[in-house]
Formats: sequence, C-alpha cells, structure tokens
Amino acid sequence: MATTTTLGYEDLPELLRRLTGDEKHDRSSFSTLDVLWVLYDRVLGEEDRFLLSKGHGPAAFYAVLAAKGIVPVETLDGFGSFDSMLGYHPDRKLAPGVELSSGSLGHGLGVAVGSALTGRRVWCLVGDGELDEGSNWEAVQYAGRIGLGTLTAVVVDNDSAWLGWPEGIERRFMLEGWIALRVDGRDHEALEAALRPDLEGRRPRCIVAEVGAR
Amino acid sequence: MTGMRERFYDLVREALDEDDRVAVVTAQIGNDAIGGHSRHFDVGIREQLMIGVAAGLALEGYRSVAHSYTPFLVERPWEFLKLDLGHNDLGAVLVSTGASYDAARSGRTHQAPEDVALVAALPGWTIHVPGHPHELESLFRRSLAGDDRVYIRMSEEENHARVDGGGFTVLRHGSPAAPIVVAVGPTLRPVLEATPDRDLSVAYLATVRPFPHDAVRDALGTGTDVVLVEPYQAGTSAAEIAVALRDRPHRLLALGVPNAEFRRYGTGAEHRAAHGLDSAGIARSLAEFLP
Repeated sequence: MATTTTLGYEDLPELLRRLTGDEKHDRSSFSTLDVLWVLYDRVLGEEDRFLLSKGHGPAAFYAVLAAKGIVPVETLDGFGSFDSMLGYHPDRKLAPGVELSSGSLGHGLGVAVGSALTGRRVWCLVGDGELDEGSNWEAVQYAGRIGLGTLTAVVVDNDSAWLGWPEGIERRFMLEGWIALRVDGRDHEALEAALRPDLEGRRPRCIVAEVGAR
Repeated sequence: MTGMRERFYDLVREALDEDDRVAVVTAQIGNDAIGGHSRHFDVGIREQLMIGVAAGLALEGYRSVAHSYTPFLVERPWEFLKLDLGHNDLGAVLVSTGASYDAARSGRTHQAPEDVALVAALPGWTIHVPGHPHELESLFRRSLAGDDRVYIRMSEEENHARVDGGGFTVLRHGSPAAPIVVAVGPTLRPVLEATPDRDLSVAYLATVRPFPHDAVRDALGTGTDVVLVEPYQAGTSAAEIAVALRDRPHRLLALGVPNAEFRRYGTGAEHRAAHGLDSAGIARSLAEFLP
C-alpha cells in the first residue's frame, strides 16, 4: 500500500474535475471521498488491504489514488475511454492500487472475509444501498459468528438504501456479533479514530460513515 | 471400490496436511467428511460467500479448493465465479459432487446437468470430467499444482477402468474414414458396450476445456461423422466440434441430457435410460444416425 503523499486533500476537487462523463454516479462517488482520503492518508499500512466493494462511482477512489501517487494524475483525463486504465467500475488488472475489480454490488465483503481469514488486516468499503444485496449478509453473519477481528467493514451511508434500514445499520451488524459505531463521514478526526486498526480485536468492526443524502 | 466422492475427501485431507498453500472452503456439504483443519473453512449454507472466500484466500496466495453439491457450487453462485474469480483473475479449484441425475430421487432442485455449459461460458476455466476415481486423483493433484481456475465434475457414474493419459485419448481406431464417437467422462462404459461390432473410432475425453480441437480433427481422419456423448446437457461441446472441423463438411450427433424440465424421480440408471445415455439408447441413436 503506497502512501507517499504527493498531493493533499485540498487538491482532490481539482482532481475530481478531471474525471468527467460518469455524472450519474456523482452522488455515490462524492459520498466516499472523505472516508477514502482518511484511509489512504492516515490509516492503511504497507501490509494492509483495502477492497472497494462499492465500485459504482469510483471517481473519488481514483482521485485519492492519484493524489497519493499510486495512479498517474494524467490518467484521470481519459476516465472511461477505450485506452484508459480507469473505468466507471475499477479493474484491478488495469489500474495500480485497485485490489478488487468491482461494480456489481455485494461481492467485496465475501472476498474480504477470505483475505482476512489469513490474518491480513482488511478494510472493505460498502454502501448502505449496496447492503440490499443478500450476499453481504452471508459475509456479515459468518465474520461475526467466527469473530473475524482482522476485518473492518466501512459502510458509507448516504441514505440510498431503497427501503432504508429500520433501527439502523449498526444494529444489524451488532446482532451478528460485530462491533459497530456511527461517525460523521466528513469528520476526518472522527473517521481516523474509528478506522484505526484494533490490534487486539476479536470481533469484526463496522464503521458507518454518515454522509447524508445529497 | 471407493467412489469419486470418498476418494476426493481422502485427497483433500492429504492435501491440507501436506501442502501449506492449500485452503479448502465448504458450505456444509463435505464439512464433516473433510473434518477439522486450520485451513478448512466451512461457511455454513452460504454458497456465494463460499466462492468469495475462495477468491479472498487466492488473493493472499493460497490455492483455494471449494466444494459442494453441483447446483450450489455452480448455479447459485455463478456470478461469483464470473467476477470474484474470473474478472479478478484469481484461481481456485472447484470440485462438485452430485452430477446431472445422480440425485434423481431428490428431483430437479438437486440436479444440474447445465453445470459444464455454465462454467464453459466463462473464459479461462479448465474443466475436467473424470470417469474413474483414479483419474480424479491425478486430475485433482495436477490442479492443485497450478494457480488457474479449474472445475472438476465428480459423478457417481464411473467407468470400469481408468484411462491413463488424461485429456483426449483414442481407445479404438476404426478404418480411415470411419465415424468417431467421443465419449466424455463416465459415458465411456455405455459407449463401449454399445459399439462392439461397428467400424468406428472411439475416443475418450476427460478434459473438455480447453477443448482438444486438433486432436479431435486428427482422430476423425478422412471421416465425416462425429458422435459426441456427454453425461450432462446435450451439445455442451457441439460448438467446439464445429470449431475443430470448421473447414470440413461433417455431421454431428450430440447425445446428452436434454435441455428440458424432466419431472421424474427414481434412480440414476432410470434417468440415464430415459435420456438415451445407457448402452441400449446409445446403440439406437447410432443406428439411426450412422449409415
């Protein structure tokens, strides 16, 4: 996980402006921006793994990877074009730093469980809407029951789940044995505190990053 | 003699003990038979997760083996085969039990004669259809040594003896222009029983993907007639025969399980006969098709 800072948070808006053409996913993309920045700027270590399950709207992801020097900044300009390494859904075989090809929702958490079973510390970003997919709950149930402490699920909650989550997303995870808490998804200090690994953890963690509906 | 399924569980336990790279994922089926091991993960009745976990283990450098009953290994999590493994270019060895009509008494929910066609629709998979437990052993060991995506279809049906060499083997040579019968996996036994006095070549095929186009073409010699006998959905490899003989006039008879809802219980033998895949049925089809 390369984390050499070449550009800062304040450069992200300009980087995002270079990623044009996928405006239908703007809401999804911008919702993840602060979580991704904090993860890459403050949390992830060399041996850690980050899996973006919510592959919709990856512009923020690409902007952060560019800011960190993982993908060349100039590649942002060709976003979605035939020769580009950066498509509307990320492909790990094309773009450096992409550790999971995603786009079809409900796939990342299962892969994250497999990775975390080996002792790897894994952060997996999903969306509140993505949690509609039943496959997520297979992973949530299993990870919770076996106490998979190396796994952190980050749920970016922009209130896009079609029928909502009565009694809250956290409660669903806690029922399955997870530690779960909700933080302001734009507050970098709060995000950092929540996302930092618990090295002694014996239970998986769910961090709900609330960003509000746009 | 030990059947394929029992032999597979022996092989898996041995692999877990002998090779630190091997990790096994099950979804209840096979859990007890494989037993406890630190690199055996049973995820409960969660088949999509089974494939996701296999992919995650592969991401960390392990040689993943996933195993379940055919409909639950291939059909239910098919998109996870496509994306978690295929699109992410991660390898795994998937081994199914309960082939086509093995579970005849259990009805349609436990039958998946579409399995090979479904896996073959995805790029980059090697597909083995062993016809004997000894073939399973060699194919499984060979698969563990790689890092690619492999599907092994086990069956209760098996041939009376193993065929060495794997892949494509011509067992009987007819005259130069004789028809060729390509028997896939456990169909070899009824094919041999159905063809004792005919002038034709008989070839055995245990590795159906990648398909051996050149070998089939060579084995046909100057003949024009091909009979493909598959223990799963009829015609699964018909397009591959067409590729092999793309510039030659030829006729093809593809025998297998019809693509139809077949609402019968009973035994595997009864289903085999109903689909015309027993020796009598194959003999009838050959008599109608061949001059």
